[in-house]
Formats: sequence, C-alpha cells, structure tokens
Amino acid sequence: MRQGEISLAGLLALFSLYLMWKSTELPIGYIRGQGPGGGFWPFWLSVGMLLSCVAIAWNWWRGKTPASVSDEPLMDSFGWRTVLHVGGGVTAFVALISVVSMYGAVALFFVYYLRFLGRHSWALTLAIAIILPIGLFFFFEGAMQISMPQGLPFTQPFFDVMYDIIY
Amino acid sequence: MEALSFLADGVLVALEPLNLVLILIGVTVGLFIGAMPGLGSVNGVAILLPITFLVPPGSAIIFLAAIYYGAMYGGAISSVTMGIPGASTAVATTFDGRPLALQGRASLALVTAALASFVGGTVANILFTLFAPLLATMALSFGPPEIFALMLLAFATFVGLGGDDIPKTIFSICLGLVLATVGFDTISGEPRLVLFDIDGFLRGIGFIVLAIGVYGIGEMLWTIEQTRGEVTTTNPKMTFKGMVADTKEAVRRGWKGTWIGSILGFFVGVLPAAGATPGSLMSYGVAKMVSKNPEEYGKGTPDGVAAPEAANNSASTGSMLPMLTLGIPGSPTTAILLGGMVIWGLTPGPRLFVDQSEFVWGLIGSFYISNIAALFINLAFIPLFVWMLRMPFTILAPLIFVLSIVGGFAASRSMHDLWLIVIFGLSAFFLRKFDYPLAPAVLAIVLGPIAEPTMRQSLLLSSGDPMIFFTRPIAGPITVVAIILILLPAIKLLRRKRSEKTA
Repeated sequence: MRQGEISLAGLLALFSLYLMWKSTELPIGYIRGQGPGGGFWPFWLSVGMLLSCVAIAWNWWRGKTPASVSDEPLMDSFGWRTVLHVGGGVTAFVALISVVSMYGAVALFFVYYLRFLGRHSWALTLAIAIILPIGLFFFFEGAMQISMPQGLPFTQPFFDVMYDIIY
Repeated sequence: MEALSFLADGVLVALEPLNLVLILIGVTVGLFIGAMPGLGSVNGVAILLPITFLVPPGSAIIFLAAIYYGAMYGGAISSVTMGIPGASTAVATTFDGRPLALQGRASLALVTAALASFVGGTVANILFTLFAPLLATMALSFGPPEIFALMLLAFATFVGLGGDDIPKTIFSICLGLVLATVGFDTISGEPRLVLFDIDGFLRGIGFIVLAIGVYGIGEMLWTIEQTRGEVTTTNPKMTFKGMVADTKEAVRRGWKGTWIGSILGFFVGVLPAAGATPGSLMSYGVAKMVSKNPEEYGKGTPDGVAAPEAANNSASTGSMLPMLTLGIPGSPTTAILLGGMVIWGLTPGPRLFVDQSEFVWGLIGSFYISNIAALFINLAFIPLFVWMLRMPFTILAPLIFVLSIVGGFAASRSMHDLWLIVIFGLSAFFLRKFDYPLAPAVLAIVLGPIAEPTMRQSLLLSSGDPMIFFTRPIAGPITVVAIILILLPAIKLLRRKRSEKTA
C-alpha cells in the first residue's frame, strides 16, 4: 500500500502537469476588457491538483495516512484476480457492443458472469441471458424509442425480426 | 399563511392522477434501487433520468424526487440485512442495524428505520415549507460574485466538515472542475482541453458519465473486492404480530435519535455540497454523544438506527432547498436532478419560485405525498425486499453492471462516453482503494459550469480585482465563511499542537 500511495500520487501529479500544459493552449492570464482568458480556470485548478499531489506526498513522507504506513499489499492474488475478471469482463462487454450489438453484448456478459464467475447452472444462465436482453430491447427500442448500437451487419436479421414485433 | 395556500395548491398538483401514479411508481422503484447494494438514489436518478423526457417537466421532477425518497428509505434495508450499505447515505445505519440483525432483530431495525425516515421526512418538509420562500427571496439579490462565493462555500463545506483526507478531497474537487471545462470555452467559443486530441472530448464530459462510472462500476468493483464476492445475508423473521411489537419498541427506544436526526439532518442537508451522508454520520455522532448509554452504540440500539435514518431523509429534503432556490445541489443526487432540470429548460435559482411557482409548489407538495407513500410502501414491501436481497450477489452484480452500461448509453448515445464510463469506473476503484473521496468530483463536474462563468464575470466587473468577493455585502461574509471552513482543519491541527505543548 505504501508504495502504491506514492506511485498513484506521482501519476496524478503527471496528469495534473499534462492538464496545465494543455490549458495553456488558451490564454491563462487576464485580458483587458475580456476578463480572465479561456485557459485561466483549468490552468489554476490543475495547479491546485498538482499542489494537492505534493501535499499527499508530504503526508506520505510523514506517514500520516493509513496507506502510507501499511506494509500490506494493495490486493492479494485473489483480489487482483477478481478485479481482473470482473473489470476485464466489463471492458470486454463494452468492446463487444460494436461487434455483436448492445443486446448481444448484454447476453454474452451474462453468460460469462453467471456461468463462469458465478458458477450458476446453464438453465438459469441461459434464462437470464435470453430474457433480459429481450426485455431491454422492448423497453428501450419500443417504449423509450432509444436505438442501441446494432453491431456488425450479421446481427441485422435479429433486429429485423424484433422490429417486426414492435411496429 | 401564503405558504400554506401555495402548499395546498402544490398538494393538489401532486395528487393529479398522472403525478400520483408517478409518485407511487417512483417510490417503489426507488425503494428497490436503494435496497440494492451498490445502487443508491444517485444511480436510480441517473439511470432513470432519460425516461422522464416522456412526461412534462413538472411531473418528471416529481417522479425523480419520489425515486429519491424511496431510495432513502430503501438504503437502510441492505445495511441491516446484508451489512453493506445500499448507498453511502446508509453507511451509519450499518453501525447498529447490522448488530441488531445478527441478534435476530432485523425486523426491529427495519421498522425503526422506516418510522425514523418518515419522521425525518415530515420534519424536513415542514421546515422546507417555512424556509424555502424566505431563502428564495433572499436569493433574488444574488449576482455573479455572490453565486461564485456560494460555489466556494459548497466546496469549502466538503473540505471543512468532511472527515476525509483534506489534500485528497481538494484534488477530487479540482479534478471534477477541470473535467467540467473539457469541450469548448463557453465565453470565447474556442475548443478547450480536448484531451489527447480525441474528437470525442469536443462534446465535453457529462456529469452522468462520471456519476455512472464512479458509482455503477467503481463502487461495485470495490464492493466485490472487499467482500471477496461473498456477501453474507441473514434471514430475518417477519410476522405481522412481531412487526406491531417492533413498532412499539421502535417508538420507545428510537424517538431521541429520530428527533436529533430530523433537525440536524435538515440543516446539514441545506448546506451546499454537504448532503445526506455527512448529515447521517453527524446525527449518529450527536445521538451517541448525548445518550445516557453511549456504550450501547455499535452493539445494536434502535437509537443508532433511528438517528442516521431520520437524518438522511431529512437531509434529502433539505438538500433540495439550495438546489431549487439557489441552483446549488446539496448532494450528488440533487446534482443530477439539477442537470435534469437544466435539460428540461427550467433554470433552478432565484427566479424559479417567481417564474415557475406552480412547478415548485407541486414539487414541494409531492414531497409530502411521497413521504407518506414511502412509509406504507416500505412497511408493506419489507418481507419482499428481504427475499430479493437473498438473490445471490453473482446475479445482482452483473445486473447492476448491465444497467450502468445500458443506462450510460441511453443517456449520451455515444460509444466514446461508454469507454469513459469504463475508464472512470476502473480509475475510481483504485482511487477509492487509496481513500480518495469521489463524491466531490461528481459534484464539481456539475458545479463547474456555474462556478467558472460567474468567477470570470465577477473579475470582469471588478477589472480583475479579486477583492470583489470580499467587499460586497452578501458575497463578502459567504467568502469569509468559506475560507474559514477551508482553513478549519489547519486551525484544529494548530490548536491540538498548542494544547499538546502546554500539556
């Protein structure tokens, strides 16, 4: 935890510096007759972020926060595995939306989570993975008139059938 | 008396068939959302915001306020039965609610929570009716320097009253404010902070994107990692006779905490940016401080459930006051409500009570109706909620992720924003691991677009002299209070060091 705290502060300080540099694309000073320039507000807030990082590092140096005096690892192997499986699953879910459509990605995500992470039976997994995306389709496309991404062309026959039901 | 006649009109508006149905649906949906671990009123309101475009703005805000009310009631349910708060506002409820459940008194804890929530909501509604017009009249004299001073006060409250790490809180506030500037400079019209030159950032970063990322993905990941995916549940016994006996016991042993929470919660809720979470924590602390048996706290006393529950309901109503009268949200949820109102073409702030009085009083009337509806719906549904919460977490968690992603897309219709939700969610998880508070960032991204133009207009008025924030009669005292609040932690530290030296 101790190493993680200072590494994160360093990373955030670098991000603050990037934001400061990016803010200078617009004037960061006072322009007579116009007030502060467009970059003034984000620039000085980024300076505030950088100073906060310095204060966090100072507290770390003095051992003032729980993380800065903790010798424990950030997460054990179980924790990392869990975060990788769940966080990775959500990332893959979003990546799949452009390929198999929103509803297809929802179904695949349920299969992955319920069957492989939750170890539920195939019957329950398939029931939820089929019924829920269909329910979401009727809710969003039918009731709310919101079109979700339809993925690559091969999903079109499915959408044709579903739209025939709605309209 | 004028307020009473407006209120009567408002109650009639809330009782219109469409609005009444929306209240009943909203409270029920809110109860379920609030009762789900990892989902709170903020998620409910954020996810369901797009649905409200189907009804008129007045009815839409009534629906969202009903969800807010329901979620406040529901937050206690998973705190008691599962030991994990349904929302951050119900964190303090776990302190005594969970021990009561472990003693097989979950029913007492749940009934106490429901009754305390009702009293808290009612007291807050009465205070709201009395104070809202007063504050609204005062607010009419607010110009850019005063509004900016208020924004400063909102952030100062977080720094001064929050128990979190101060530099990390300030970092979070600044980050939210910077993220709010991404897109175009509203005054010069030039592109600004287009991060890594990705065109998607030209559209700016919406508050819903950050809110869903932080609460829907980040908090969920954190809960799964903390509980190692195994959320333990208890099986409270629920019988009608038992509930009647528990009601009597809840009134007898929880009245003190209820009153402390109701009054304190309202005033903390009214403070810009404070909201229901610090309100409930402070009420728990005060109830324990004034109790004759403070040692009972943390071991399962109804007062320890009543104080935070009364407070979070009271504060929820309280936080609506600055949102409606001044345009300043008192909590992340009201921040989202505020965003919704702006989208519907309503401008929260001093003029709202004058220009849209029917809307405002309809909303206040709906608070009364929602509160009564929430009490009865809550009591009736308690056994069902307990059954639902017995659903394995491995089913609940993917449901929440799916709702977050689908809801996020429905709100923005952009894949770029979906990726941002994932990035914010993963970042929020790691920031949370190192105790960075993220609620200030969510608030800041909403307040940023109000704070920046008012600051720039003020400095333009004064030809660049920052003393304008100190010399005006209303802005001056607010700025001074804000600065004192910001310096409060440092003052406390100095006093402690001095007393250590003298000792």
